[in-house]
Amino acid sequence: MNWTVNDLHIILVGVLCAMACALPGVFLLLRRMSMMGDAISHAVLPGLAVAFLVSGSRASWWMFFGAALAGVLTALFTQWITKFGKVERGAAMGIVFTTLFAIGLLLIEQGAGNVDLDAGCVLYGALEYTPLNLVTLFETEEFLIQMPHAALVTGSALLLNILIIGIFYKELTLASFDAGLAETQGFRPKVIHYLLMTMVAVTTVAAFEAVGSIIVIAMLIVPPATAFLITRRLPLLIGLSLALAATSAILGHLSSQALPALLGLPETMSSGMMATMSGFLFLLVWLFGPQGLLKKQSRELVAPPTL
Amino acid sequence: MSDVSVIASFDFELLWETLFLKTYNTRLVVVSVTLLGAAAGLIGSFLLLRKQSLLGDALSHATLPGIGIAFALMSALGMNAKSLPGLLAGATITGLLGVLLVLAIKRTTRLKEDAAMGIVLSVFFGLGVAILRMVQKIPGQSSAGLESFIYGKPASMIASDRLFIIVVLVITTFACLLLLKEFTLLCFDTNFASTEGWPTLTLDILLMALVTAVTVIGLQAVGLILIIAFLITPATAARFWTNNLRHMLWLAAIIGAVSGWLGASVSALLPKLPAGAIIVIAAAVIFLISMIFGRARGVLPRFLRHLDLQRKVGRQHILRSTYEILENTQESHPIQNLPISMDLLRKHRYWSKGELAKVIRQARSEDHIERRPTGEICLSESGFGEASRITRNHRLWELYLIKHADIAPSHVDRDADMVEHLLGAEIVRQLEAELDLEKPIVESPHVINTELGLQSEPTS
Repeated sequence: MNWTVNDLHIILVGVLCAMACALPGVFLLLRRMSMMGDAISHAVLPGLAVAFLVSGSRASWWMFFGAALAGVLTALFTQWITKFGKVERGAAMGIVFTTLFAIGLLLIEQGAGNVDLDAGCVLYGALEYTPLNLVTLFETEEFLIQMPHAALVTGSALLLNILIIGIFYKELTLASFDAGLAETQGFRPKVIHYLLMTMVAVTTVAAFEAVGSIIVIAMLIVPPATAFLITRRLPLLIGLSLALAATSAILGHLSSQALPALLGLPETMSSGMMATMSGFLFLLVWLFGPQGLLKKQSRELVAPPTL
Repeated sequence: MSDVSVIASFDFELLWETLFLKTYNTRLVVVSVTLLGAAAGLIGSFLLLRKQSLLGDALSHATLPGIGIAFALMSALGMNAKSLPGLLAGATITGLLGVLLVLAIKRTTRLKEDAAMGIVLSVFFGLGVAILRMVQKIPGQSSAGLESFIYGKPASMIASDRLFIIVVLVITTFACLLLLKEFTLLCFDTNFASTEGWPTLTLDILLMALVTAVTVIGLQAVGLILIIAFLITPATAARFWTNNLRHMLWLAAIIGAVSGWLGASVSALLPKLPAGAIIVIAAAVIFLISMIFGRARGVLPRFLRHLDLQRKVGRQHILRSTYEILENTQESHPIQNLPISMDLLRKHRYWSKGELAKVIRQARSEDHIERRPTGEICLSESGFGEASRITRNHRLWELYLIKHADIAPSHVDRDADMVEHLLGAEIVRQLEAELDLEKPIVESPHVINTELGLQSEPTS
């Protein structure tokens, strides 16, 4: 395997993106809304398409705005259909995100068919090409420090998420565990809810260009769920999720380089393998973790957890 | 001159042939997608009632690795790597594996169903994409067309595939209709079904198998991201129109079929439009219309019914209040219909001025109340009869609650108010029989204090 600076760049982007997703993912998990992450990351497509058609470029604030709006609309429409139509939330979510995704597909096929925005790019991203678009951070005659443009974007998303969770830690925690109490304490759980949805949407957009929504969905859900099997303490849950997300990204890229050669096949996709590796880590913890399946016999059934 | 005519007739024939062939192909595509919609609507209804709609999403994403692996295996064995039954067999295996994993994660960990579905969905999809990319460049086999499983492209089906699809769909639909009674029981009362000796686990697995069959068959036409809409949307839309399961199944099948037919025809006419997207949007439009206008549970009819009930309750309140005031202010029985002042009424039930005016306006429009020039109001002839009937029903219900629900007489008024507006003539007759009260006038079980608007227990 040829280790180059490109691999370093790919891993950097993957790790940043995975960590950026794992953060809001923890709170989605606690609110039992993991599937909302899936729904939103599909539903940003029309937002992206409209923004692209309006602004005519791929890297612009319009994209962020359009996607964030589409994300919030997904949450809002789901809420409406659940509330006014008395439809079960899962079904409502399914209807909303498939419809939005379908509209996005149509818009892309119609409006942007010949340009470089396509549905595949939203789904899989182009992690392999991120090293082609480098930004120079620091340049003297001896040194040249560059990083991929995508790393800058996903890094900013990570910082933004850390910042938001840092500021609203108390509110997010309370709203996730006891929305009723949060309401009576004047914390506005609804505002927090939509803040979280916006975070998910913005993170999705930040990631889509580089890694596609596969990683976003996987990293939103799998590392927090894995960490949830290990710990019951929220700070530890967040820390472990970040660590697991980063590990999945690194292992994912390594295996994407090693695996095809092993099987005698030409190449594979880093983003797909990163998602696969997060699942592999989950499987390990599920089987061998502190409450793993293989330890079940030796231990009494414990009372339901209280985080 | 003759040359030109020969060329023209030749072109014409070619065009005709192409058109005819094309029509034949299109017809098959449209028929299979329409059937797919009907079957998905039918089975999606059970999925919806089981509250497992999103399980279909996990399932459809989990089919992707199977497609990739089947492709790789078949090309390694030197078969036609794109044979549809082979690919779909692979899809079925990993799809079912995904569903089983969801159930296993839910059973054995603290994670809830949504997290379990999310894990399976994202990991299997990631794995599937990785595998597809790996097998894409296997020498000697073109994997072009595998992408159609993700986004859907009915035109990518070849004729023998369509026949295969139609056969599977017909079998699935028949199986679903044969198991109608069992599935109904499973959806509405699983515990009852198992105590009655039905094999609920087997039935659940059968239902999942049918869902898997429809999902896998639909992959090529609609794509794995949007196939879930075929399962959820028609069923949810049908639910708005009826509370009867059989009607709902029919409707869901029809809505699914119509969306499928629209999607397939439009995409056959305009090949640039992705069929899956059109189907989903057609279904979504039907859903939206159903959600607003659906007769049984739609937003608008429900709102109108609510408004209607509110009016009825308001009218009954004012009639009963008036009657109670008349009773309290008169010594003699039977009481007479005299005008009373608005102030007295407002104190009796704590109406605001606006509310009272609204309620009176409604009662007047039904000729139950007349307004006197002095500003007082008076019950009409029919209003008086109605008022005495309503008051009597109220008291019957109060007495029933005191006797059988052990509610204190001082508290019974409000409890009775929750139900009395819905009492039908039949129930009133039952109440009379139960309480042994056939007389036209029933005394209130508690004191009605008109002056203060308070109701308290009798002193003696």
